Amino acid sequence: MLFGIPITGQTISYFVLALIIMISGVMLMSLNKVMHMAVALGGVFLGVAGIFILLGADFVGMVQILIYAGAITILMVFALMLTQRGDDTASPSANGWRTAGVLVFVVLLCGAFLLVLRGTTWPVSQSAVNPYSQPTVNLIANALFHAYTVPFELVSLLLTVALVGAVVIARKEEE
Amino acid sequence: MALQPFLALGVVLFGLGLFGALTKRNIIIVLISIEMMLNAANINLVAFSHFSQPASIEGQVYALFSIAIAAAEVAVGLAILLAYFRSRNSADVKDVDLMKW
Repeated sequence: MLFGIPITGQTISYFVLALIIMISGVMLMSLNKVMHMAVALGGVFLGVAGIFILLGADFVGMVQILIYAGAITILMVFALMLTQRGDDTASPSANGWRTAGVLVFVVLLCGAFLLVLRGTTWPVSQSAVNPYSQPTVNLIANALFHAYTVPFELVSLLLTVALVGAVVIARKEEE
Repeated sequence: MALQPFLALGVVLFGLGLFGALTKRNIIIVLISIEMMLNAANINLVAFSHFSQPASIEGQVYALFSIAIAAAEVAVGLAILLAYFRSRNSADVKDVDLMKW
């Protein structure tokens, strides 16, 4: 027991992952070299994937690694490289007063959220590492193809539309 | 382990993303910050899915939908950014005033 928290493998991995996420997030906000930012972004996404796997959601964790840490990070790196001209630094932040004001606002908002979190009695609490009755892939497949068939198809339609729209918007206009 | 640490992590990640989205001037960094906020929401969804009684898969399904929609949003956002960069030769939020009067 340390500060009333039991030392188990789960809590240790939670704290390590939370530390990775927070350090990467703060680095992302404070660094000004673009490529360092991309590495920090990968750290945040991989840490969140670890949290998902820690919560027993292994399929969602793998999807997170594939889509966020793989595809979206690389896409952001490409966009950063395409839009930087020579200098490797991102454009400077807004002026100091505004940054300070936003910082105070965000800290107050997060503090209020954390107070509410602390004050609420959550009806659910359990210690099982994996509470699901079946492998999550089976459960997700059942949910997606039975209860959520129409939203699933709509998401595929949305992805198609977004793909075509992205190609049309990013295309060079012919003279 | 209880539910609260995961929700607290979501709050912190959301705060970091909100700070970045409100202060950074590079459009790509703003998009990255929005992705971080979406990730914080996903953490909450998966945490509630894990800790509900009995454990239910719905939260994970919603997280998957949210990931798919975030991917579509990034694709369209970066396409708009590239088209904008081609016409203005800048990726600064301050320069986006084409529809402002």
